[in-house]
Amino acid sequence: MKKLLVALATTAAVLGVVSAASAQEKAKVCFVYVGSKTDGGWTQAHDIGRQQVEKELGDKVETQFLENVPEGPDAERAIERLARSGCGLIFTTSFGFMDATIKIAQKFPDVKFEHATGYKTAPNVATYNSRFYEGRYIQGQIAAKMSQKGLAGYIASFPIPEVVMGINSFVIGARSVNPDFKIKVVWANTWFDPGKEADAAKALIDQGVDILTQHTDTTAPMQVAAERGIKAFGQASDMIAAGPQTQLTAIVDTWGAYYVKRTQAFLDGKWESTSSWDGLKDGILTMAPYTNMPDDVKAMAEATEAKIKSGELKPFTGPLNKQDGSPWLKEGETADDGTLLGMNFYVEGVDDKLPQ
Amino acid sequence: MRIELEKRPKVSTLFSVLSPFIAFALTIVFGGIMFALLGKNPVTALYSFFVEPLSEVWSLHELAIKAAPLILIGVGLSVCFRSNNWNIGAEGQFIMGAIAGSILPVVFYDWQSPVVLPLMMLFGMIGGALFAAVPAFLKAHMNTNEILTSLMLVYVAQLFLDWLVRGPWRNPQGMNFPETRTFGADAILPEMIASGRTHWGFAFAIVAAVLVWFMMRYTLRGFEITVLGQSARAGRFAGFSSRKMIWFSMLFSGALAGLAGIAEVSGAIQQLRPVISPGYGFTAIIVAFLGRLNPLGIVAAGLVLALTYLGGEAAQLSIGVSERVTRVFQGLLLFFVLSCDTLIHYRIRLVWERFAATKTEEAH
Repeated sequence: MKKLLVALATTAAVLGVVSAASAQEKAKVCFVYVGSKTDGGWTQAHDIGRQQVEKELGDKVETQFLENVPEGPDAERAIERLARSGCGLIFTTSFGFMDATIKIAQKFPDVKFEHATGYKTAPNVATYNSRFYEGRYIQGQIAAKMSQKGLAGYIASFPIPEVVMGINSFVIGARSVNPDFKIKVVWANTWFDPGKEADAAKALIDQGVDILTQHTDTTAPMQVAAERGIKAFGQASDMIAAGPQTQLTAIVDTWGAYYVKRTQAFLDGKWESTSSWDGLKDGILTMAPYTNMPDDVKAMAEATEAKIKSGELKPFTGPLNKQDGSPWLKEGETADDGTLLGMNFYVEGVDDKLPQ
Repeated sequence: MRIELEKRPKVSTLFSVLSPFIAFALTIVFGGIMFALLGKNPVTALYSFFVEPLSEVWSLHELAIKAAPLILIGVGLSVCFRSNNWNIGAEGQFIMGAIAGSILPVVFYDWQSPVVLPLMMLFGMIGGALFAAVPAFLKAHMNTNEILTSLMLVYVAQLFLDWLVRGPWRNPQGMNFPETRTFGADAILPEMIASGRTHWGFAFAIVAAVLVWFMMRYTLRGFEITVLGQSARAGRFAGFSSRKMIWFSMLFSGALAGLAGIAEVSGAIQQLRPVISPGYGFTAIIVAFLGRLNPLGIVAAGLVLALTYLGGEAAQLSIGVSERVTRVFQGLLLFFVLSCDTLIHYRIRLVWERFAATKTEEAH
């Protein structure tokens, strides 16, 4: 009992020192990464965002991060560690950190949290996401122009709405150019596993696809596509280095603008819990340069990008049918965000059975 | 000059006490050099590795949470390894225990009752034991190598869990995400003390360690395990059955791994997910050997290993090294501990070349 008291007193003293010290120091903004910050994909994109915060607001804030944090109880500890070490604003950058973020947020009501791609919020927990599907629509159009067989391969991670939405948007884009376009899907059941992703890429190419796209995070599929001499799309980061003759374009996550905006709001005391879902027009995702394609395809892609930015074109606009041919959206009808965020069905043109 | 290892006639008591300390000192020296080479202050680095996690109450709780499954599985494995049965599939038994224990809160989620939790723990143990029964049966009756069968079954368990949480057990209100329902209040292993989130899983681990220690030291069963492990033939003369021992040790270690699984799920995660363990079942093998297959040693080893995980995180923040560096440091520690244990059984002798040469000639 005595020991416990001593321990408690020490903790109180340590906490006291920490809070007294941070009063004079810069505000701390912290990040929890699911992968390595040099993964060349998802986590690296977040880390580039973090560096942008350092660069633009470095005189007022310092940033810290924990990388390779497994989802589950370890995430809870990692987030709590950051909250205790004096972080005022914490970005948790993987869907699997959702429940851990909510739990720790309840314990630390004064710390602000931002969770990427989730759907649970609290007074001190905001969520943020990016309309990746806008980029996938453009990729679909390019694929339809570039593919000779009218068949693309899609390496998917997990059958969650986010990923299903991306597949559908790709197909809708492709079919706006070539109404007979089809895709094959392989579920890799991982976000980050070079071996599995490469195997999936090989399997798809063996089945005859001549364009490859991925919703997983490593450059392995791009490398396989380069070896086999077909074209491919990059994911999360510009992967041109992995396939200089291969990459058509990539959806590049540019979280930096959002991170700077939110950090600024936090510094100004104007931070509020929001659910943000920005798109191409807000600069939260950008398209890597359109390469390895003829000029007319490039012009089409650029035109589509401009139309999406101006709001003239919304990818999920009718007439659209579900996979079995039953009607989904009527002529001119646009799917609302709620439907998109809970999406668990394919549209016409997907040659796969959605794992349910 | 060369270095030779010479087997000691008797196990050295001095070195069995000293070796962990030598190992620790070597780790500090070489770890310090590594941090210095990386341009980090070695003192700060080592402080955040070994002292910081122990200096705060919440962090001690985290230590207990991380160590609990490692100890529980490691203790079960020690019985198995002592009896010369090599159960490498504790990870699978951990998962199957978690699945079996989750039947009540996931399938019969409406049923709220104080007996739910004890039943879950019981189911968890049965689940783990049944899954271990497969390699046990194959070894006892078909003479199959249990290392291979138990290891391969890990993948079966992982994929079975994956299928469950994406298929039949998926939370109907979960927006299609691969997770089960979150457990009801009656199905959650409560926290032990109010100051943090350590749940009763840690108590299970300590109790199991003490009971197994008692069993190994004071009971006939413990003697049987040791004898059969050292010499199956000698055991036969004493009337012990190797076949029964295969069953006992595999089921026992499976049950403890299963209990660890359901305790982790119920206490820490509170739902099933595609991945529920960062490799506890495999790390526990290291823990078992680090603790020299002694249940009380395993408690210490589990805590030390957990400490290096927590310390690794603390070091990432305080000195900004990459997570990989902290893993390398953890590897250094394990390497030195296991290699210093060589000193218990072997003596290091420096052999001078000339002397050795004359000796060989004499031998001719």
